[in-house]
Amino acid sequence: MLQKKIIESCLLLVLSMASGAAIAATPGASMLANTCAGCHGTNGVSSGPAAPTIAGFSNDYFIGVMQQFKNAEIPSTIMTRIAKGYTDEEIKLMAKHFSEMEFKRKPQQFDAKKAAFGKRLHNKYCEKCHENGGRKSEDDAGILAGQWAPYLNNAMNDYTSGDREMHKKMKKKVDALQKDHGDAGLDALINFYASQK
Amino acid sequence: MSKLNRRKFLSLTGGALATTLLGFPMLSMASKKRVVIVGGGIGGATAAKYLRMMDSSINVTLIEPNSNYFTCFMSNEVLGGGRNLDSLKFNYAGLKKHGVEVVHDLVTGIDPVAKKVSIKSGKSMPYDACIVSPGVDFIWEAIEGHSAAVAETVPHAWKAGAQTATLKKQIMGMRDGGTLVIVSPPNPFRCPPGPYERASQIAWYLKNNKPKSKIIILDNKPAFSKMGLFTAGWEKYYGYNSANSMIEWVSGDAGGTVASLDAKNMTVATDVADFKADVLNIIPAQKAGKIAFTAGLVNESGWCPVNQRTFESSKHKDIYVIGDSSVASPLPKSGYSANSEAKVCAAAIAASLNGKESPEPSLVNTCYSIIMPDDAISVAMVYRMGPDGKIIKVAGSGGLTPADASEEMRKREVGYAHSWFNNITDDVFG
Repeated sequence: MLQKKIIESCLLLVLSMASGAAIAATPGASMLANTCAGCHGTNGVSSGPAAPTIAGFSNDYFIGVMQQFKNAEIPSTIMTRIAKGYTDEEIKLMAKHFSEMEFKRKPQQFDAKKAAFGKRLHNKYCEKCHENGGRKSEDDAGILAGQWAPYLNNAMNDYTSGDREMHKKMKKKVDALQKDHGDAGLDALINFYASQK
Repeated sequence: MSKLNRRKFLSLTGGALATTLLGFPMLSMASKKRVVIVGGGIGGATAAKYLRMMDSSINVTLIEPNSNYFTCFMSNEVLGGGRNLDSLKFNYAGLKKHGVEVVHDLVTGIDPVAKKVSIKSGKSMPYDACIVSPGVDFIWEAIEGHSAAVAETVPHAWKAGAQTATLKKQIMGMRDGGTLVIVSPPNPFRCPPGPYERASQIAWYLKNNKPKSKIIILDNKPAFSKMGLFTAGWEKYYGYNSANSMIEWVSGDAGGTVASLDAKNMTVATDVADFKADVLNIIPAQKAGKIAFTAGLVNESGWCPVNQRTFESSKHKDIYVIGDSSVASPLPKSGYSANSEAKVCAAAIAASLNGKESPEPSLVNTCYSIIMPDDAISVAMVYRMGPDGKIIKVAGSGGLTPADASEEMRKREVGYAHSWFNNITDDVFG
């Protein structure tokens, strides 16, 4: 019995060594993350105007979005082509790295009146999942407060056009917001997030 | 201390310092690792910043003759009228904040044995590792009658700044109905889609200001970067392939290879015809930057072979070559490549100076071309190390903007192109 176990573990060892030789080593987290900085800013903090800041997102959110890009499940210009270059393991490493970086807010233009209205809409429709005025990233919720407005606008257009799938809870809230306040409501919401410093 | 005057105090502390140095020579020698970086373009400036971010105990000196840097990328937008030249201008204040010592001087030689870099003002600077990132130099003699002096009036505008301003002024001054000739360089060269983005941007300006004018691109090549997307864009906006096309592209096969230049008569001659221009933009054939030749870092190709895992020169130990001058193929000679190579190189040097193995590399290139203000295209690729120590493309990744991308997605690419510019320049100089 013991002998069999030893033989088995030896076999396993040989097998794992063989596969290790065939598969190249995985780069470290900061090495991988450094490749993002040219488009998303040093440490994932974007200078805009459209590319989003990717620092401070939860692990779940980052992995979820990258996997969706990789599988072409959400509309993208360049990100599907980029995401296909990374293994699941590499995406996990990048997610952990950026989750530990600070989401820094850079000033951007907004309409103060729309932002004030947007704040009320956020509290009514969004705050439950996008807590603390959209500053918190937990589970599959991304950071909204201080994110670049053109990016939020693109993402929201994809959601409302049906090109990007919303999960049930979000769809219910977005549908209600649109029914009550129309596109002006969504615009006010984005102005609120853009106003956050 | 009241009776101790300043000079006496200094001489006393100076004496103490000398005793320390004599007393513990090994300690003082080993305390600071020195990296000297030659060239403050995208590669050199990125390496300087990231070395300091990776290990702030490393002493980093960047040597660059100019106090400002104009990015080549997005300089075509200046020609098209969408951007000011000043928006391409960056300085080294950001690097100084990271603790980089910036010396504005010209490197005249690198001694790989004594491990010293000499500069024009006469000093020599010792290094533990030296990074060379000199960009490209031009092979003037590839076209008879061409020279650096001629390029003052027949601009290349392939290094941004004064050259961009000269070409812009000539385009602004051209008569409606004039002919602008762009001579595209042979492979390999800095920014492969650049000449064709330039034609697009100038066509946009001409279409709106001097619609009877024409652009002729003379090329020695049978094809070019993003060709299908460019020509489809030219058809859409500039009448390409029609009788009234604003842009004409002459391939090498069709006689586009330029042999000689008559600058006085603004005429270039190919094997089949002469082309007279109102504005002439010759982008010369290219080779590694001058210092790479002086320091013996190039091979017979005119470029610098490197260990692609670390970017250490294959010619000289402890000298690293990044950016356009290095042979980093399959990475193209682009700004994003230089930025990505610099980080891999910095990580390898930081590891080596700390007695560790160089980390497993990962690299990316992304490159945008703006065809008109609402329409941009891109190419991207993710790279890693292959089994034989060479960089390879990650299978299944990267590629071009899909040919069937919607107008909305093409418009978004303009926004992301401008974000690319803001973020890469901040990543390099901020």
